[in-house]
Amino acid sequence: MLSRTADNLFWIARYMERAETAARLLEVGSRIALLPSAAGYRNEWDSLLQASGNSDAFARKYGDPVQRNIESFLFFDRDNPSSVASCITTARENGRIVRTALTAQVWDALNTAFQELRQLERTPRSELELSRLTEWTMRHAAMVRGAIEATLLRNDGWDFLNLGYNLERADNTARLMDVKYYVLLPKVEFVGSGLDNYQWTTLLRAMSAHRAFHWAYGGEVTAAKIAHFLILNPQCPRSLITCVEEISTHLNRLAKAYGTKSEAQSSAQEMLAALEDTKVEDIFDEGLHDFLSRFIREVAGLGSLVHDTYLSGDMR
Amino acid sequence: MTQYFNEMYQTGKVRQPYARLEDWMKAMPAALRTLKQAEAEDLFRRIGITFAVYGEGGDPDRLIPFDMFPRVFTGAEWARLEKGIKQRARALNAFLVDVYQRGEIIRAGRVPSRLVYQNEAYEKAVAGIKPPKGVYSHIVGIDIVRTGPDEFFVLEDNCRTPSGVSYMLENREIMMRMFPDLFRENRIEPVDTYPEILRRTLASVAPEKCNGEPTIVLLTPGHFNSAYYEHSFLADLMGIELVEGQDLFVEGEFVWMRTTEGPKKVDVIYRRIDDAFIDPLCFRPDSMLGVPGLMDVYRSGGVSICSAPGAGVADDKAVYTFVPEMVRFYLGEEPILQNVPTWQCGKPDDLRYVLDNLAELVVKEVHGSGGYGMLVGPKATKEQVEAFRAKIVADPGNYIAQPTLALSTTPTFVAEGVAPRHVDLRPYCLVGERIELVPGGLTRVALTEGSLVVNSSQGGGVKDTWVLAE
Repeated sequence: MLSRTADNLFWIARYMERAETAARLLEVGSRIALLPSAAGYRNEWDSLLQASGNSDAFARKYGDPVQRNIESFLFFDRDNPSSVASCITTARENGRIVRTALTAQVWDALNTAFQELRQLERTPRSELELSRLTEWTMRHAAMVRGAIEATLLRNDGWDFLNLGYNLERADNTARLMDVKYYVLLPKVEFVGSGLDNYQWTTLLRAMSAHRAFHWAYGGEVTAAKIAHFLILNPQCPRSLITCVEEISTHLNRLAKAYGTKSEAQSSAQEMLAALEDTKVEDIFDEGLHDFLSRFIREVAGLGSLVHDTYLSGDMR
Repeated sequence: MTQYFNEMYQTGKVRQPYARLEDWMKAMPAALRTLKQAEAEDLFRRIGITFAVYGEGGDPDRLIPFDMFPRVFTGAEWARLEKGIKQRARALNAFLVDVYQRGEIIRAGRVPSRLVYQNEAYEKAVAGIKPPKGVYSHIVGIDIVRTGPDEFFVLEDNCRTPSGVSYMLENREIMMRMFPDLFRENRIEPVDTYPEILRRTLASVAPEKCNGEPTIVLLTPGHFNSAYYEHSFLADLMGIELVEGQDLFVEGEFVWMRTTEGPKKVDVIYRRIDDAFIDPLCFRPDSMLGVPGLMDVYRSGGVSICSAPGAGVADDKAVYTFVPEMVRFYLGEEPILQNVPTWQCGKPDDLRYVLDNLAELVVKEVHGSGGYGMLVGPKATKEQVEAFRAKIVADPGNYIAQPTLALSTTPTFVAEGVAPRHVDLRPYCLVGERIELVPGGLTRVALTEGSLVVNSSQGGGVKDTWVLAE
């Protein structure tokens, strides 16, 4: 497979996952906005912007975080490279470039999302409920994902798509958690308070995982349980360990198919082994923020290794 | 008042190849037609067949309008066209081999030396090279117009990288999907063998240094190109990699592509970029689209390039005048397809005639394409004619003129129902070890009433083109 083709596939997946994350953020924000909390409102929206990594860009363009502006920014704004519209447009453009590496169904899913997006952009905003926008995004993300799983050959292209999905997801989950701990919770006395628990639950909702959490753990929502669920539980589809396990699996498959071991492969295996040995107490001992920062760095490093090994075309 | 040949009706009667289509047309209520047209458009959009028009801005995903009314040839009509097209493709390739070798046709005084050697499209860099199987132009697109039952004229030849074949294939797919009954009732020759034949053609011109199954790639300028859809579509149907310049590099005697498993040798390049961009070391140094060093590998027989660099000298509008001469000179045959009479504004006598009759003529730039920079005298205003006159006088050598042809019409769906519209035809002749032609081509239709310009960049549409089995 052409390195450039692999690169495009990789980024289709990353952008679709990123679009979904943007939509999840919006959904959580709108949920909080419905609550009577007088104090929380502004902070919550602001922290969501921080989660998307675009707080400064937003402030420059729009000023105060008003809900309508945030919807514009996270969903429609083409100046924001992480907005749903930007991500879907870029993913579809990447798909158009590598049409030959996709099945008709995968292309159809990407292209339909893009065509419908253009209709949404022409629709008066007064007719667009936020919930409709977020559900729309999740539905199309799922359709692309489903088309990939149901119709694509299980070849190297499929591996590169899955690497993209899981590297992006690992990064996004870690960032969402980091925001929770670092931004939502500036004051130590809030830890363990009712407010704290509510915010943790919000985080679970952001990952469509609050019901799953209750099924898996039951009882009180505690920081330790949630950290365990989102970091160390291999049953949770968005947990860090699940993502790293998937990354490792696909790197192993590539190494086997190509008959050459790679640095990325051994690096992923080390990360996985380390997570398997980690207990939730270790994480809190290290400090959640420090742990997550280190994880985000390691995932970024893994992404660079994948790029250098397979996507750049510069063979060493 | 010019009489136009209507391909469906002659003196009120339906011509035989269209017999069943008349029933089909009459049986289709307006509402169904609207529905089907919307369905077709939706299919095109979903498949992703769009066409960006250079310099117009606007919607980058514009569709070329598709007209559902097919254009039909009988087997006998096609047999004659096929012979003529293949003959012309052979002569054009013989000419190319000749002008890059000894130039016999010039020594014999049949084609003026100036027209060839001082032509911008003449690539000195490939002089002396004889490509595998003696083929320069592997895909020859010949634009043909019809003016009567047996009158066909060649409007121009395209020896470099003629585009549009994906429309031929997709128009057929969509028609078969929407109107399967039509295909049961009429015996229509298939066109879907084209990609397979193209692949075989490209493989047949692999370089000598290639042992075993050649690796073929399609070289595209990239996804911003207006024909990118076609590039990816053809690569997909042939099962070959679609590469950009940055994916290829030269090392040692060969060209390689960058893959996830390391470098892989490339033997045949079906390029859809212009000569000038192929190799920045040889042609335009500022080109980012090509592959540095590619021409050295080509010269030493390490890779085949299709069409071969330099092929453009044969499809120049000034050289066009001499194609019938080429047929006689190289093949010793009489041309089956006629040229349109052409005046070269570079010749004083011709120029005088053109300027005197400007309002009756079609004037084109010698190197222009796509219907840009042309004057259709009878359809132009006085001001347009005068403005064009000034342009011709300023640079006569840059223009040729032809009589305004009475392009045939075929029935076409329009807002008011069905009406005759002018059409042309572009078949795609494949030249490798063998010369092959699928029965069909791209019919372009001028959708505006009375218009004779069929180019998609000027608001033209496309139709499915049928050849009936005998």
